[in-house]
Amino acid sequence: MTALLEIERIEVAIGTLRLLDGISLTVDRGKILGLVGESGSGKSLTALAALGLLPLIGGRVTGGAVRFDGQDMGTMSDAQRRALRGRRIGFVSQNPMTALDPVQRIGAQIDIVSRLHLGLNRAEARKRTLELMTQLRIPEAAAVAESWPHQLSGGMKQRIVIAMALAGDPDLIIADEPTTALDVTVQAQIIQILGGLVRDRGVALLLITHDMGVVAQLCDQVAVLYGGRLAEEGPAAPIFAAPAHPYTRALIGCIPQDDMAKGTLRGIPGAVPGALDFPSGCRFHPRCPRASDLCRSEVPVLTRQGPDHIVACHHPEGAA
Amino acid sequence: MTAPLIRIEALTKRFQTGGGLLARPREMLAVREVTLDIGKGEVVGVVGESGCGKSTLARLILRLIEPTAGRVSFDGTDLSALSPAALRRMRRRMAMVFQDPYSSLDPRFTIARVLEEPFRVQGEALVTGQMGEMLAAVGLPASMAESHPHQLSGGQRQRVGIARALALRPDFVVLDEPTASLDVSIQAQIVALLADLRDRLGLTYLFISHDLGLVRYFCDRIVVMYLGSMVEVLPAAGAAPRHPYTQALTQSAFVPDPARRRTIAPLAGEIPSPFNLPPGCAFATRCPLASDRCRAERPALSDDPDHPVACFHPL
Repeated sequence: MTALLEIERIEVAIGTLRLLDGISLTVDRGKILGLVGESGSGKSLTALAALGLLPLIGGRVTGGAVRFDGQDMGTMSDAQRRALRGRRIGFVSQNPMTALDPVQRIGAQIDIVSRLHLGLNRAEARKRTLELMTQLRIPEAAAVAESWPHQLSGGMKQRIVIAMALAGDPDLIIADEPTTALDVTVQAQIIQILGGLVRDRGVALLLITHDMGVVAQLCDQVAVLYGGRLAEEGPAAPIFAAPAHPYTRALIGCIPQDDMAKGTLRGIPGAVPGALDFPSGCRFHPRCPRASDLCRSEVPVLTRQGPDHIVACHHPEGAA
Repeated sequence: MTAPLIRIEALTKRFQTGGGLLARPREMLAVREVTLDIGKGEVVGVVGESGCGKSTLARLILRLIEPTAGRVSFDGTDLSALSPAALRRMRRRMAMVFQDPYSSLDPRFTIARVLEEPFRVQGEALVTGQMGEMLAAVGLPASMAESHPHQLSGGQRQRVGIARALALRPDFVVLDEPTASLDVSIQAQIVALLADLRDRLGLTYLFISHDLGLVRYFCDRIVVMYLGSMVEVLPAAGAAPRHPYTQALTQSAFVPDPARRRTIAPLAGEIPSPFNLPPGCAFATRCPLASDRCRAERPALSDDPDHPVACFHPL
């Protein structure tokens, strides 16, 4: 069976600047892929490419392919792509404060999705909206549907955005940092809801986050991006138990844990390079404790580390 | 025991909003009778979610805003009794690092000008070489003095914010979510820098954060706030929570280990509006242990000196 979303060696550029360099990912039905990396590593660009929305920011795909349910999105017309978004691919953005129209009531904003994409009439659409809101544990759904975005808390707004993403009954949900703007107890609720959707409805979820804690809690597969390239990808268990790329290990080490001795949290030295000054060879080498001359001159290729586990590193951990 | 550096007594802040021709003004209790001592050299954490009053508390302690009731003493001096001139002299001993390094630096200033500002306010001048030392202390090159904030990354800007706070060699620094707008990799760098500076300069910190994991890692003692009130003071970073809210915060933090996934029991119920607090415990609407008493009566912080908690049914 083919994967629902397949991104194959995709390259993305804005003008002459190449921002993504040969990234491959697959997301299966009923599975959650976590896409992680620091700001500027290319996570959101990958999401935009998967949504066919790169033209919005002046970007374009210069190589590779994005296939949704076996169809090449690159060869589709704009109208065909538009028909996929909202209907078969739902999108949850990072900031629920800006994702909602401030001058439209909550219910109407969810209704429009199923009216447009499923052809429901007003009454059917509202019925569906209220069902979705109840499933997302929104209390007094009918009253909330009549309220305005500014009357709701951040966590409530994010649940509304998720309801909008679900209203077209999609097969794939792309969520870009869906909990970053939320409080921790609310984040826990939203994570719980997203996990439940995948389990109960069998949707595929591409979850973009910088938080390795969230990834460990929720994801089946993990893809780590750095400097617009794939650093490591594999099932969650081996990625966390035995990260092969020094960058993956460093990201995990940035999460403070209860049993951590004071002074052991050091972060990753330096900062993510911009596309204007990507380093030669492995782009992580200026920040890497294992870097050698080889890393400065040669780009590491993705090699197999274990079952479904690949890494792009000249000196992967666990190897001699 | 020696006298605390900071003594906070029944500090309360009410805000009024709205009001006008047609609307009645609404009152909100942002900080409610907070009492706390901070010893010299201590790192005290304040943790809570948006709207719990932690940033208001920070501003009250430094008297950047005036309290409705209660008082703050710094090294034995009641700050509210000081004249503006005396307060300004006292201010050199306390400083603040702000949450957002993008809006807390004037975009028209060079970094050098940003770092001169505290000296100008006190009517002083920098000595030769001091600028370079200030930058070096936070891990920035001296050449950065001539840059403007927009040329710096978020982490570099926050280092400038820390250098500015430390410019006048304060004893006490309030850190108001200093890493909330940074990547986790940079957050860890900044926390390591703050720990080094504290050891080198003997600083006392009040560290405000929404991240219990980070506060547990960094702080000696932790104040947990919910809707303006202190609900618990954890005597040590590893102490087991006694308030159900602290417990919920603990369970909401995810460990980066898929083998230790949690079954989340999400808090039911909604957070009450701070404009309309319930008569009893503010957490009762979401608390799994809430009883009729919790809904009717507000629990006071217990006077257990080791581990105070404001709950009728502590864990």
